[in-house]
Amino acid sequence: MLSQILRYILFSIIGLIFSLPVMAVDINTLMLVNTCVGCHGPNGSSLGPATPSIAGMSKFAFIQAMQEAKRNERPTTIMGRLARGYTDEDIETMADFFSEQKLVVYPQQVNAEKAKKGARLHKYYCESCHRDNGRKDEHNSGILAGQWMPYLKISLLEFLSDRPAPTKMNKRLEFIAESYGKDSIDELVHFYASQKEQ
Amino acid sequence: MSNLSRRQFVTIAAGSVAAAAMVSFPFIARGANQKVVVIGGGSGGVIAAKYIRMADPTIDVTLIEQNKYYHTCFMSNEVLSGERTIDSIKFSYKGLNKYGINFIYSRAINIDPVAKTIRLAGGEEVAFDKLIVSPGVEFKWDAIDGYNAEVAEKIPHAWKAGSQTVTLRKQLEEMKDGGTVIISAPPKPFRCPPGPYERASQIANYFKHHKPKSKILLFDANQAFSKQGLFTQGWEKMYGYGTDNSMIEWIPSHEEGEVVGVNVKANAVIAGEFEDEYSADVLNIIPPQTAAKIAIDSGLTNDSGWCPVNQKTFESSLHKDIYVIGDACIAGPMPKSAYAANTQAKVCAEAILSELQGREMATPSYVNTCYSVVGDDFGISVAAVYRLENGKIVSVKDSGGISPLDASAQTRKYEVAYAHSWFNNITDEMFN
Ligand SMILES: Cc1cc2nc3c(=O)[nH]c(=O)nc-3n(C[C@H](O)[C@H](O)[C@H](O)COP(=O)(O)OP(=O)(O)OC[C@H]3O[C@@H](n4cnc5c(N)ncnc54)[C@H](O)[C@@H]3O)c2cc1C
Ligand code: HEC
Ligand code: HEC
Repeated sequence: MLSQILRYILFSIIGLIFSLPVMAVDINTLMLVNTCVGCHGPNGSSLGPATPSIAGMSKFAFIQAMQEAKRNERPTTIMGRLARGYTDEDIETMADFFSEQKLVVYPQQVNAEKAKKGARLHKYYCESCHRDNGRKDEHNSGILAGQWMPYLKISLLEFLSDRPAPTKMNKRLEFIAESYGKDSIDELVHFYASQKEQ
Repeated sequence: MSNLSRRQFVTIAAGSVAAAAMVSFPFIARGANQKVVVIGGGSGGVIAAKYIRMADPTIDVTLIEQNKYYHTCFMSNEVLSGERTIDSIKFSYKGLNKYGINFIYSRAINIDPVAKTIRLAGGEEVAFDKLIVSPGVEFKWDAIDGYNAEVAEKIPHAWKAGSQTVTLRKQLEEMKDGGTVIISAPPKPFRCPPGPYERASQIANYFKHHKPKSKILLFDANQAFSKQGLFTQGWEKMYGYGTDNSMIEWIPSHEEGEVVGVNVKANAVIAGEFEDEYSADVLNIIPPQTAAKIAIDSGLTNDSGWCPVNQKTFESSLHKDIYVIGDACIAGPMPKSAYAANTQAKVCAEAILSELQGREMATPSYVNTCYSVVGDDFGISVAAVYRLENGKIVSVKDSGGISPLDASAQTRKYEVAYAHSWFNNITDEMFN
């Protein structure tokens, strides 16, 4: 009895020391995701300045990102080469893990003026799908709020050329780039990067 | 009480190895705590120590490291070009205190595999149940005539980062415009296969901006090298490679490129079959390599000079309960890189944990990635995913490879930003 209480206390202390989320993770899952964190940061929250955070991506968005990378259906610098090393089952397992992780957002140098303009663009053209200023991943779109700026910019430029996206999003992005000028893309980037974690 | 019992099955996760539940009441199951010792606080060693402690805080983990600070070799070529400071690649072990790892700052001299003890430089002995050895490389000091550890203080190898990185940087800064640098690359296998070529690139970039009349002669004991097509493309684009005005000249082994001696007085290298002498303003000799001295002295190496290991667990094929990871081990097709050492450490940690906890080991998974920054806005990479097949580490079919040769200028630029992100994330994992 006493020893069990002691054990409980000890585990609680350990939990505090490491300040980690407490939950059960299977050893085979950890073996897989541990091959990613050297590039994507602890539990998938990248320290930047460019490699994207993948903590908290919806399962669907994660699987889609990996599968599209695998099949060269979206432009990647390195993920295509890596994703082809994992089975569909591996990917599903890792999706379960990363979608459960809380995204840690690191501060970035944001231009307030640009972020403000970006906020307006976002509200009119993007919020309907990327709700709560890009925090909600309910449409399976990956992480926008708090994502690293270079990666956001790269993604948006890719969507403007040939990366697949919903037609509505493509049309709106093209419209923005045409009618609001080149800076509008940067403004969106600054806006999303200015979002703090919740 | 039932509440408490249920709590005991809660597991602590860490983006890492999970914990408590699998431990299944180690306080009761075992008398004294198991003692795991790690030799070497580098890319492999710190990760192994940290992951074992995170997964099972009842295991006593001690790390023996000879230096108070670790200088990463990775990105040290950017110190040579002045792109970053030496302090930006210097790390202390303080951030690891929170994991409850015991640190001994001393040099391990010998391992007794039978008594299961390690002798330290001060004469003390440290006992272990399981030992992980991740000591990196040693140089074959008898391989290049006239070149030894003492000479290396003046004619640096800078293949272990730190004071020699600073010395070489200083020599490059002091060199006159129009001067010549000789770099000599050793025969394979050696630490960081693309490293010498990235180094030539970084120095060329420095010259391009500050000493445009200067040249680099890259003597090579090999006929081909890692990411060769990509490096060549970058050199052509940025450093006039292939023209009469090229800043880099590569001299492969079949063109007398193998350096066999150093003439210290003349500041020259002696190379090739005919032992021709070539002098230069700055010499950078990267000597041929073996596993670190402690591995040799403790009988962990075979004829090749490297440590044979079980590819699933990294346990030495020569001594039980001693595991070798990182540059020192022979890990099938995995190169001697920091990312390789990092994932090997995680596999090895899991092998030891599963054995100590009396459960089945997870299916091992290994990765290597290695970025090279060839110049401004020109980054390239190599990557591979490995798994275990019939007891051997093999590269997963159709995966991995190098950056495409026909990639856009944008892509090359992105890879520089991703290379720097990689550095931030992997050093955070090592030292925090
Ligand atoms: C110029 C250069 C560039 C590189 N760039 C990259 C890169 O971009 N990406 C990449 O992945 N890799 C890169 N590498 C390779 C990378 O640095 C090594 O592969 C990696 O550090 C190997 O890890 P390790 O744990 O085996 O050894 P190390 O990291 O060298 O660690 C060994 C540690 O053991 C200690 N030690 C040794 N003997 C003893 C003893 N007897 N007692 C106590 N302590 C001891 C040492 O002091 C050291 O701290 C580069 C290397 C070089 C030289
Ligand atoms: C060498 C570093 C590296 C490693 C290792 C790595 N990644 Fe990536 N990852 C990247 C980079 C860089 C990108 C951006 C896309 C690109 O250019 O390849 C990315 C993008 C991603 C994305 C898309 C994110 C988005 O918002 O759409 C996912 C998902 C992902 N990685 C998952 C993983 C998983 C899972 C692993 C481990 C199996 C892994 N990565 C290993 C570097 C890495
Ligand atoms: C019709 C719904 C919809 C609208 C409107 C929309 N998006 Fe998207 N967005 C998506 C979906 C779905 C994805 C995932 C697509 C994919 O990666 O395959 C996505 C992906 C993204 C991504 C990539 C995230 C990542 O991690 O890779 C960015 C950035 C983005 N959207 C920005 C915007 C911006 C800016 C707007 C407004 C101009 C916008 N979107 C409008 C649905 C939408």
